[in-house]
Amino acid sequence: MAKASDTLVKFESVQKSYDGETLVVKDFNLEVARGEFVTMLGPSGSGKTTCLMMLAGFEPATHGEIYLDGVPINKVPPHKRGIGMVFQNYALFPHMTVAENLAFPLEVRRMGKAEISEKVNDALDMVRLGGFGDRRPSQLSGGQQQRVAVARALVFRPQLVLMDEPLGALDKNLREEMQYEIKHIHEELQVTVVYVTHDQSEALTMSNRIAVFDDGIVQQLAPPDELYEKPENAFVAGFIGENNRLYGEVKAIDGDFCQVELEGGGGMVKALCVNVDGVGSRTTLSLRPERVTIGVSEGQSTNSLEAKVEELIYLGDHIRSRVSLSGNDEFIVKVPNSHGHVHLKEGEVTRIGWEAEDCRALDA
Amino acid sequence: MTDQTAGGVVLAADGTPLKASLNRALRKSRIRALLLVAPLLLFILFSFLIPIFDMMFRSVDNWHVGTLMPKTSAALADWDGKALPEEPVFAALVADLQAGAKSREIGKVGRRLNYEKSGMRSMVVSSARKSKRLKNGPYKAKVLKMHKKWRDLETWTVIKRNTAPYTIGYYLNAVDMKYDKNGDIVMQNKNRRIYGKLFLRTFAISLAITVICVILAYPISFLLATLPLRYSNLLMIFVLLPFWTSLLVRTTAWIAMLQSQGVLNDLFVFFGFVAEENRLQLIHNLTGTIIAMTHILLPFMVLPLYSVMKTIPPTYMRAALSLGANPVVAFVRIYMPLTLAGIGAGSILVFILSIGYYITPALVGGTGGTLISNQIAYHMQSSLNWGLAGALGAILLFSVLGFYLLYNKIVGIDNMKLG
Repeated sequence: MAKASDTLVKFESVQKSYDGETLVVKDFNLEVARGEFVTMLGPSGSGKTTCLMMLAGFEPATHGEIYLDGVPINKVPPHKRGIGMVFQNYALFPHMTVAENLAFPLEVRRMGKAEISEKVNDALDMVRLGGFGDRRPSQLSGGQQQRVAVARALVFRPQLVLMDEPLGALDKNLREEMQYEIKHIHEELQVTVVYVTHDQSEALTMSNRIAVFDDGIVQQLAPPDELYEKPENAFVAGFIGENNRLYGEVKAIDGDFCQVELEGGGGMVKALCVNVDGVGSRTTLSLRPERVTIGVSEGQSTNSLEAKVEELIYLGDHIRSRVSLSGNDEFIVKVPNSHGHVHLKEGEVTRIGWEAEDCRALDA
Repeated sequence: MTDQTAGGVVLAADGTPLKASLNRALRKSRIRALLLVAPLLLFILFSFLIPIFDMMFRSVDNWHVGTLMPKTSAALADWDGKALPEEPVFAALVADLQAGAKSREIGKVGRRLNYEKSGMRSMVVSSARKSKRLKNGPYKAKVLKMHKKWRDLETWTVIKRNTAPYTIGYYLNAVDMKYDKNGDIVMQNKNRRIYGKLFLRTFAISLAITVICVILAYPISFLLATLPLRYSNLLMIFVLLPFWTSLLVRTTAWIAMLQSQGVLNDLFVFFGFVAEENRLQLIHNLTGTIIAMTHILLPFMVLPLYSVMKTIPPTYMRAALSLGANPVVAFVRIYMPLTLAGIGAGSILVFILSIGYYITPALVGGTGGTLISNQIAYHMQSSLNWGLAGALGAILLFSVLGFYLLYNKIVGIDNMKLG
């Protein structure tokens, strides 16, 4: 973990309740290093936005303490925290021009006119909107408004910028373009970003680390590749990327691996033992579709089972095959559309296989 | 496929011009729309537009002298006004007076002329009565003896001026002006100027009420727009409850509250703010009018303000705070400008409503708190000078339109939001 002086934001066992009966955020702990891009990812109602609002100062924490640069900020009002924020619907002031919007945070800091106009122009250039200063926000497209909102949150050089689902209102292409743009701005300015989204691809694209939220708890905090390849529990495995689940009972544990008897009569499989309670407990086996090989011969891979092809969907670069296997007819296999790939027919019975390392035994 | 055209006109598929074809297609829906609004349109026409135009016509109509004294009017047509008229005019006058006395219509002429110069009514009426005895001429000497005013050149000037079918006399009267002896337009004597002052007072009171309404309504509306729905609904009922109560009841309630033996004064005396013998005069004066009218017009300010504030997302304030503005700066620079549309709409509503307000000032205004509408009502109901009432009303109407245009020029009517 980062050293204390490198830690910019620290949540220490923070809890939040709105009604005094249920906890929206249960025991939240997070350290964000200087210059890091951390994303809070989770379904709606998981408590991620509440955490962001507590950090911004718009919601008080019910319990626990939040530190900014080593200073507890629970009692610091939002306007004294010096945190830039990009809102979901941009919150650009409609009665001001773009330049006036950008000048606002500088004016309230009582900067000189010349300095303000220089900084505003720099900020507009940074988001490639030079010359748009005299327009009203309503005269800009969604993507342009988004860029103005980012520029406004950065123009007063805060050390921390919060973004609350900033790309939610954009269409798909623009969203992807903006993801790269925000990522580049982050790298260029070395600013610390805490980003909230429910879109996993957005989180995977932009973040240094991702905190996956569910039910008010961080389920896993890890870099994107680790999150995808080594999910620690069934929720993360299911939330990030596509995932096949097989249920079974742990029969034996042998070092890092365990033997699991599948429900539905699929027989015994060998899996990486990640998060199981011990022999005899129920477990969820998580298996990425791209790690499954189709049409193997018996004994070719560690695990192999007979599967019936239920449905084939042609997707260009790969063929998505839904097969039924050990009583689970939602099992997905991706067959790459490579030279000489296996040609399947619906209703055919084939043998599919996978390695024990790619199959993670998680909580049930 | 290219468009069919004939001589530059785009044609539809069947060869008729596209415009005609489109019109035909839309005609049915236009007729239906017209039929739907027809009941309201007719209602407004008969209950609103026609009476307004009738009153405006009365404010310039001057039929009395020309119609009831046709012979005199004709005889005076080429009178030069330098000296008393000659015998033919007096003969015509006697004939008209006799006819008027017989038909009992001559009083109307007297009343009309009396508006221009007091004393003319009694002169006309008594002369008409006496004229019955005049059997033959020459009439000039006899008429001059009937009433001393006939010897006055101004009498004849006034009569001649009012033989014209239209007059601006009522308007002159409504702005405290009159014709002098020579027929020139001059200001009324200082002690007879009332309407100018009353117009100014009406505008000033309306402005004061508007400003007070903004100040009172702004926090309420803010609360309404920001409280959770459960509380804001309750508060909204409190705002609307007086709105649903009869205007008369509310005004009378204020009398009970404000009179010198009323609730408010009793409380003041009880708490020792004022002595028993110095009870405050809160009603039947300007104070009473302003208090009661502010209360009555407050919902007209609250509702547009509320509807505008409701549409301002809380993220604007949050954004301003996160950008480093303290709450006061954020409120003044971000929130308030966004509510300008509501302030404008509420202000113009309250201002225009109070300019024409009648019942409340009539009941609680006393002499110091009456408005121009009370004067109009007086001329409609008591003095029966409908021409003057029409002129005052028309001036009021056009000044409201003027304020509206001014408002449009400054704020822009498109920026107004009523809900």
